[in-house]
Amino acid sequence: MDSINITPGDTLLVNAYFIVLLPLFSFLVLGFFGKKMPGSSSGWLGTVSLATAAFLACTVALDFFTTDKRYVDSKFSWLEFANGLSIDMGVLLDPISVMMLVVVTFISLMVHLYSLGYMKGEERFSTYYAYLGLFTFSMLGLVLSVNLFQIYIFWELVGVSSFLLIGYYYDRASAIAAAKKAFIVTRFADLGFLIGILVLSNTSGTLDFKTMISTLSDPTSEGLRNAAAGSFLGISALTWGLLLVFMGGAGKSAMFPLHIWLPDAMEGPTPVSALIHAATMVVAGVYLVARLFGIFVMSAPAALEVVAWTGAISSLFAAVIACTQTDIKRVLAYSTMSQIGYMMFALGVSAGSDQPTHGFTAANFHLFTHAMFKALLFLGAGMVIHAVHSNELSAMGGLRKKLPLTHITFLIACLAIAGIPPFAGFFSKEAILHAASETHPAIYWMGIVTAALTAFYMFRLYFGIFWNGKAKLHHDQHNHHDHSGHEGDVFQKTPLVVLAMASIAAGFIPFGHFVTSDGSSLEMHTDVMFSILPVSLSVIGILLAARMYRTPSDLPERMAGFFGSFFLAAKSKFYIDEVYLFITRKILFRLIGAPAAWVDRSIVDGAVNTLGVSAEVGAESISELQSGKIQSYAGWFVAGTLVLIALFIYFIH
Amino acid sequence: MNEVPLNHFLIVSTALFFIGVFGFLSRRNLVTILMSVELILNSVNINFIAFNEYLWPGKMDGLYFTLFIIAIAAAEAAVAIAIIIHLYRHYRSIDAEDTDTLRF
Repeated sequence: MDSINITPGDTLLVNAYFIVLLPLFSFLVLGFFGKKMPGSSSGWLGTVSLATAAFLACTVALDFFTTDKRYVDSKFSWLEFANGLSIDMGVLLDPISVMMLVVVTFISLMVHLYSLGYMKGEERFSTYYAYLGLFTFSMLGLVLSVNLFQIYIFWELVGVSSFLLIGYYYDRASAIAAAKKAFIVTRFADLGFLIGILVLSNTSGTLDFKTMISTLSDPTSEGLRNAAAGSFLGISALTWGLLLVFMGGAGKSAMFPLHIWLPDAMEGPTPVSALIHAATMVVAGVYLVARLFGIFVMSAPAALEVVAWTGAISSLFAAVIACTQTDIKRVLAYSTMSQIGYMMFALGVSAGSDQPTHGFTAANFHLFTHAMFKALLFLGAGMVIHAVHSNELSAMGGLRKKLPLTHITFLIACLAIAGIPPFAGFFSKEAILHAASETHPAIYWMGIVTAALTAFYMFRLYFGIFWNGKAKLHHDQHNHHDHSGHEGDVFQKTPLVVLAMASIAAGFIPFGHFVTSDGSSLEMHTDVMFSILPVSLSVIGILLAARMYRTPSDLPERMAGFFGSFFLAAKSKFYIDEVYLFITRKILFRLIGAPAAWVDRSIVDGAVNTLGVSAEVGAESISELQSGKIQSYAGWFVAGTLVLIALFIYFIH
Repeated sequence: MNEVPLNHFLIVSTALFFIGVFGFLSRRNLVTILMSVELILNSVNINFIAFNEYLWPGKMDGLYFTLFIIAIAAAEAAVAIAIIIHLYRHYRSIDAEDTDTLRF
């Protein structure tokens, strides 16, 4: 292995390595020794190492963005198969990876801190923190990947840690089922990813991002000509490769129709949902498309169209479902899916645009702001769930007096996600809609409708939790002594406040200066005339939600009755799960699984069993020969000798 | 010289051998079986002596083998008798049919 190519003075890259390795260190220590650590010290260890990583990430970001660097990387060969043929590992710093570095470490730190209070007294406290460390390590490795293979390795590691954390409460059957579902669905999507990696690396001759992008986005390069020439079903190899890679991204990012695992993943502890299933892991798909954006835009606009439409459909689809769900975490899950759809179509609408960086910057901006307010929403939901010991909206209501801080921060997050100025979500959503309106009017309108629905369902949640009747708090003092009377401890409150401030302020970051697809600086502006329509629709959504859910009334039922079967279909998540079950149970299992099982049982097993049984029967029949009677042995011996002699005589003479 | 030809010796020894084999297979008494074994060994001895005398008259190898076999047979008989006595003490019988525990 050759040494890592960084000079000792290059603090940027050294820090980047440290950021990745700190959570790994915390995972290893807690994984091996966590059970023996007293009290909540294991949590503190994880939190402190994450705080260090977050601090380093901030210094990296500061250094990177103020010195006008655009691309720094460092790598070493990790698996060397032969001379010149090796798989590298390393870190790559460019605007999006640095931005992700900040987001991941920051949200992870908030979740670590919050969990000190939220998970207090859990039996597997240290295991929980070990898993968090593993996840953070994997996610950081993913965003800093220098090549497709490294991203794939960390991609799977992220999947595993997500699996572990969803199944954290492994004594619940539903959590186990959800963990398996998440793993299998994303794994299925990753099959596409893997094939896509093979196609892309085959056509470009490299796995390295920088070389691959420069090869495949340069119209004069030979690699691109080969890739564009080879076609399958009338689609070029390059487009196939990118579509397959996007399939992996869509699986991780819960895009329609691979979204079915995300709502179920809410079985995990709530801070985990905030970290993994809202802010970081699920945006890995967006990150992946952004990473390969140069190839998408220059060489495969058709693939980018697919990204755009997948995103737009997921976005609207999830928003409709979110309006009907009653489990607050599931509402947030569908909301996450909807917002990620937003990011996806923001990337996608760059297809055929002469200013592709608009969509690119908007998507990453939304990724950034969404991480803040969605994490805040989940952490707030965690507070609410601890207070009422239920996920169901019907068990809540009137909590604004009991949970004043949660109430305020939740309201800020709701305003942010609904796109009300001057909260963060407004700016990023505007940027996305702006980009969409330039090239894809249909998607723009879908985005507008989604924005209105978003405002409606978020405020349905807000009013349903904090208004709507009297508080129905549980007062069982015996087993929840530390969080039934008040709002949880300082560890839980601090992240709420910090994230609320981030949700207010993040929108004012001049994001276009930092993150663009071509390295130039983009001036982002908000156009009042343009903003009137989405904002006023959001306000209408909020007012409607206030009218329906602020006080108890029969209006929601009447509304549901008005939409009739459409409401029922949305409440049943448009039967997508049932479709999957139908396809797997009725078609895959019955037409492929059952015959395969028959072949396995009767032919493969049958052959082996026949061998076994015949050996047994044979042994049974000759075991009588071993009688222990010396004379029968001698008789056989003599007979055998005579036969041999007879044969001998017959064949020799 | 009206010597006895080699074939006569061989006929005697073959007869002796098969008498021994027959006795070994058909008798039930362990002592008789032991005697049959001695018959088989002695038929071999006769063969050795006869071949030595008729085919390699100047050599002594056959005689040595024969002496060797007689010695071994004596030792074997001693061991076998000891085993038979023990079997008798154990089973109160020296019938070969009754001693089938060696198969385990």
